[in-house]
Amino acid sequence: MPVDDSLVGRTFPPTAAYDVSAEKIREFARATGSEYDGGAAPATFAIVVAFSAMTALMEQPDIGISLHRVVHGEQRFTYTRPVVAGDELTATLTVDSLRQIGGADIIGTRTEIVDVHEKPVCTAFATLVHRGDDA
Amino acid sequence: MKTGDELPEQTYTVTRADLVRYAGASGDFNPIHWSDRVATSVGLPGVIAHGMFTMALAARALDTWAGGPGRVAELGCKFTKPVLVPDDDTGVEVVVRGTVKNVSDEGVHVSLEVTCGDEKVLGMPRAVLRG
Repeated sequence: MPVDDSLVGRTFPPTAAYDVSAEKIREFARATGSEYDGGAAPATFAIVVAFSAMTALMEQPDIGISLHRVVHGEQRFTYTRPVVAGDELTATLTVDSLRQIGGADIIGTRTEIVDVHEKPVCTAFATLVHRGDDA
Repeated sequence: MKTGDELPEQTYTVTRADLVRYAGASGDFNPIHWSDRVATSVGLPGVIAHGMFTMALAARALDTWAGGPGRVAELGCKFTKPVLVPDDDTGVEVVVRGTVKNVSDEGVHVSLEVTCGDEKVLGMPRAVLRG
């Protein structure tokens, strides 16, 4: 089943606030072989926050996405400032584009990550490839 | 850093244990990153690294070149080829190379190349480091 066209332009409700702790940054840094010096989190750390917004999209029952058919095609982060311990971050996902190529849906998403003062921290752009039944 | 600089090549070893650790740290528990049974059932040759783990290795190289974390203003790539991680103690090597494309008011534009064996595993990986 193709993904519903009406998805384009849709913005989903913000995720619950994510409290960034020093221990979580340290765990992520260690898992990627980096050192945490008490300052900025590693540059891909924002995926932890963006991931919950993407998961919420994929789990929406009315859209027709099956989670096991989804492949991460592309990812880009633009940072206004680094993520640091003590941040309370929320992520708001918008579907920017939808194309069909060879039985797959290519879903372009943009997730705006803001702090507790609603100030921008990071924008995470993800392209999700949803393979059709025969793809 | 100045235009044309070739940044020192970084080589990272990736084992199954690294993938398990990354799954826990990132919250991405997709079984194709830890179960051969599930990975082969969806047509993969075996367990593959999370694309975001490979991207994190690119970010690690950028931090090394920049002299510390917090200078990445932009980072993007396509996930073009999977990194197959064998179930042994040796793992597999991922190599990250970088070239300074130009230096502008925005920062230092770096073009990366991320390979495993002879294959580029990320498509058009690039970054901007704040000056």
